[in-house]
Amino acid sequence: MASGLRSVPPKAIAPPAPPMASIQALNVLAALLEARTGQQIVRHRSTRVDTVLLPLMRERRLETLDQLVIAILDGSDPSLAGRVVDALVNCETSFFRDPHVFDTIVETIATVEKTGRRARIWSVGCSTGQEPLSIAMAFAERHERIGTPIPEIVATDVSEAALARARAGSYTQFEVQRGLPIRHLVRWFEGRADNEWIVRPELLRHIAFRQMNLVSDPPPGGGFDLVLCRNVMLYFAAEPKQRAFQTLASAMRPSGGLILGAGETVIGQTDLFRLNPGGRGLYEKIDGDTVPRPA
Amino acid sequence: MKTCLVVDDSKVIRKVARHILETLDLEVREAGDGREALEACLESVPDVVLLDWNMPVMSGMDFLRALREARIEPRPRIVFCTTENGMAHIRAAIDAGADEYIMKPFDRETLESKLQLVGMI
Repeated sequence: MASGLRSVPPKAIAPPAPPMASIQALNVLAALLEARTGQQIVRHRSTRVDTVLLPLMRERRLETLDQLVIAILDGSDPSLAGRVVDALVNCETSFFRDPHVFDTIVETIATVEKTGRRARIWSVGCSTGQEPLSIAMAFAERHERIGTPIPEIVATDVSEAALARARAGSYTQFEVQRGLPIRHLVRWFEGRADNEWIVRPELLRHIAFRQMNLVSDPPPGGGFDLVLCRNVMLYFAAEPKQRAFQTLASAMRPSGGLILGAGETVIGQTDLFRLNPGGRGLYEKIDGDTVPRPA
Repeated sequence: MKTCLVVDDSKVIRKVARHILETLDLEVREAGDGREALEACLESVPDVVLLDWNMPVMSGMDFLRALREARIEPRPRIVFCTTENGMAHIRAAIDAGADEYIMKPFDRETLESKLQLVGMI
């Protein structure tokens, strides 16, 4: 009955266009992001850099990216660099992204279940938590159907801001309508009056969230049967990417599985993994016991 | 080409939904209330119905009951699209036979995601 569209502000009160960034400012921001996360800013995405930093600039009453860079460099606000990095990290995600991947996940874990051991899954670059929650939902409902154990799920991201949202398990109406079947929403979420949807604690408790830089930090211990690292490697240059693959391999059990994003591959990128002939988009670790942890 | 019947008493909503759905390669038909929608289904069954809840003449829930009683085959997929955003309404819609549920306001991504979930695109 009411308007079904996201309201479009009239032109008279439309927000001003983001200020153009100088090359120097972009270079500083790119260096900051790479130093903190190993990730690169792709040059043709400079417009996005302006856009994602605009809310922070307004908060700090800064009008241009040059002013923002000066504020970072003069050290007067120690938290500013971290806030900039959080804003620059791409947090794009959704529930059950690429649904066929979840069939591969269940098939892979089913082979581990046959050994009688509780499987362990690592969700790398989990952003605001939709991927590990989707995994938890899939296995919790499988547990209810056939009694199989729910794997231990560890989820990491470089962005503490994204992880704070993930740990809170709070999602907007828009977010719960991307990829999440309505029956899952009813089963695993509680609605609030302000249109936020909160994940039920009995689902959230299956996931351990942890802040981690994939390029420079040691991986979670314990050995993983399956690692999901989707749409993460594409932000790394060659050398950090090599270290990231090494970190993943060092965290996995022998012959553990790796799932990358739809447009990503290990071919020509690393010799630590190979395509699993039986899996759709599944890679397996080579010589699992001999992969050293990166120095 | 799959067919979508858009049922909403708001012309604006129907127009916007039509625009999005046509870009997703669906053939679109429109109805302004539940009764018009029922007549449209009796004439030719769509693949999916995008269904508002509160409408004059016949509500979305009443349409759903009438559709069930009419034993129309093959049964179209039902996607509610409504401002009734509470859990009680969502549960009631699922119990009545809805396959998916869109909480307004919606955008292209939401509509596309829900249509993927019901196998329309």
